Amino acid sequence: MTILAQAIEVTRRYGDMLALDRVSLDIRAGELIGLLGPNGAGKSTLINLFAGLRRPTSGTVKLFGGSPLDPAMRRGIGVTPQETGLPESLRVGEIVDFVSAHFRECVGTAELLARFGLGDFAGRQVGGLSGGQRRRLAVALAFAGRPRLVFLDEPTTGLDVEARRTLWDGIRAFHQDGGTVLLTSHYLEEIEALAERVVVVGGGRVLADDSMRAVRDMVDARRVSFAAGELPELPGVLGAERANGRIDLLVSDPDRLVVELVRSGVPFSGLEIRPATLEEAFLTLTSKDAAVSGLIPSTPGRTLAHA
Amino acid sequence: MSSLILAHTRYLVIEQIRVPIGILASAFFPAVSMLAFVVPFTGQDATAATTATGSLMFFGSMSSALIGLSSAVSQDRELPWNPYLRTLPAGPLPRFAGRVLSTLIVVLLSAIPVLLVGALLTEATITPAGLLLGFGALIVGVVPFMLMGLFVGFMLVSKAAMAVSQLLFFPMAILGGLLLPPQVLPEFVQALSPYVPTRGAAELIWWATTGLRPSAVSLVMLAVWTGVMAAAAIWAYHRDEGRRFS
Repeated sequence: MTILAQAIEVTRRYGDMLALDRVSLDIRAGELIGLLGPNGAGKSTLINLFAGLRRPTSGTVKLFGGSPLDPAMRRGIGVTPQETGLPESLRVGEIVDFVSAHFRECVGTAELLARFGLGDFAGRQVGGLSGGQRRRLAVALAFAGRPRLVFLDEPTTGLDVEARRTLWDGIRAFHQDGGTVLLTSHYLEEIEALAERVVVVGGGRVLADDSMRAVRDMVDARRVSFAAGELPELPGVLGAERANGRIDLLVSDPDRLVVELVRSGVPFSGLEIRPATLEEAFLTLTSKDAAVSGLIPSTPGRTLAHA
Repeated sequence: MSSLILAHTRYLVIEQIRVPIGILASAFFPAVSMLAFVVPFTGQDATAATTATGSLMFFGSMSSALIGLSSAVSQDRELPWNPYLRTLPAGPLPRFAGRVLSTLIVVLLSAIPVLLVGALLTEATITPAGLLLGFGALIVGVVPFMLMGLFVGFMLVSKAAMAVSQLLFFPMAILGGLLLPPQVLPEFVQALSPYVPTRGAAELIWWATTGLRPSAVSLVMLAVWTGVMAAAAIWAYHRDEGRRFS
């Protein structure tokens, strides 16, 4: 398969902060890749490098075989602007026309807006759009120039369920027509619903890069929940939460945990063990980088120790 | 490439016209000054009225160039739309050219109210060729202030840029003799006047519109300011690029 974009041993520093640490990644034609990682893991930095906004401190970033800093190479990509920054006084149609003017081929304003459910808003000023409409416009702009590769950074943040499904359909349709997508999201179900390949980054490194199923199998975390009072220290706990008298533990080895729990003599009831979701799987991969506190909200009754 | 410059210019002009407070602010004060001071006091003297019209037109244009450009550029840098534009397949030229051209359009627009007051309510006279030459002089004279606006805009955050550009604007306008003719200014101001870029720009306009001979010092200083401001603006641009996009 043709490689559209490539990072080779890329390191990026901001002052003393190491945002990416010798990251290598190939984006091949026709892939739909989910990029996962906690805030500050390096996701945005990676996209900024591919989009030509930043240069690597060391290593090489290639886009269609050339440099992302070369405008001609960027003709083949689409990027989503942050919807908070869209020019308020411009009309929706004018913004699409303006962005389209940069590309040799384009979808056309009317068709693009219709595809993203904005057909009735072409004459509306951006300042008068709702948050969800702005978000859809921002995502639509990434597709304006008939790109081969789009970078969608949190495309559905702030959208209601229906709008999110519509957008997913749009992304799937683009992918089925041969388009390539690199997607980041806070909604892990979004990655599960769309992506075929998952790249997990944490602390500036690629922690996992495989198929969706393989990444889930690789970490193989389980959720163990039961009702109990105070607990002693337990082994292999990756995350913990207490709600309504029930304790919810994310563990790597549920058998060992249950053995230790029984051995401690603490009374408990209603034991449940189930496979972890992708969100939880991703947590186990990044937990070494202190991400536990980010995903599992700490509760006042939290008395459990982490392994 | 030229169609892209046009697209950028068009979008920036639309933005300024839809929220015309900047243009109005630049055009309002000099037009009121015309009505309050020039029309009743020197409106009957053709030469005085013509030079005053030229001075106050430049006052409005300079405000659009310096204050308008510094606030636009500093605000641009704070909005996430700006990095998005850099992901589009275009180098920095269309954006930059669009910014300069749209500012020039606003610069010319903000001179029109004063021109109308001068033409309709005073004895100010000018030939069509003189008017064209005058606008040419106005554009040449406004260049160092556009560069100064770029410099301030690239250096400072938007709130500071607004304040600093206003602080630069008024003293230079007064020292250069835009509000009152230089010959009525206090002596120390007269001594200082040829060294500020506003004076050179004003003399260029007076020369084009009334044939009043400019002093060599003022014109040389205008050229020096233009050169220095160009260097400063380029330096500030690269400094900003290095911080945000290296």
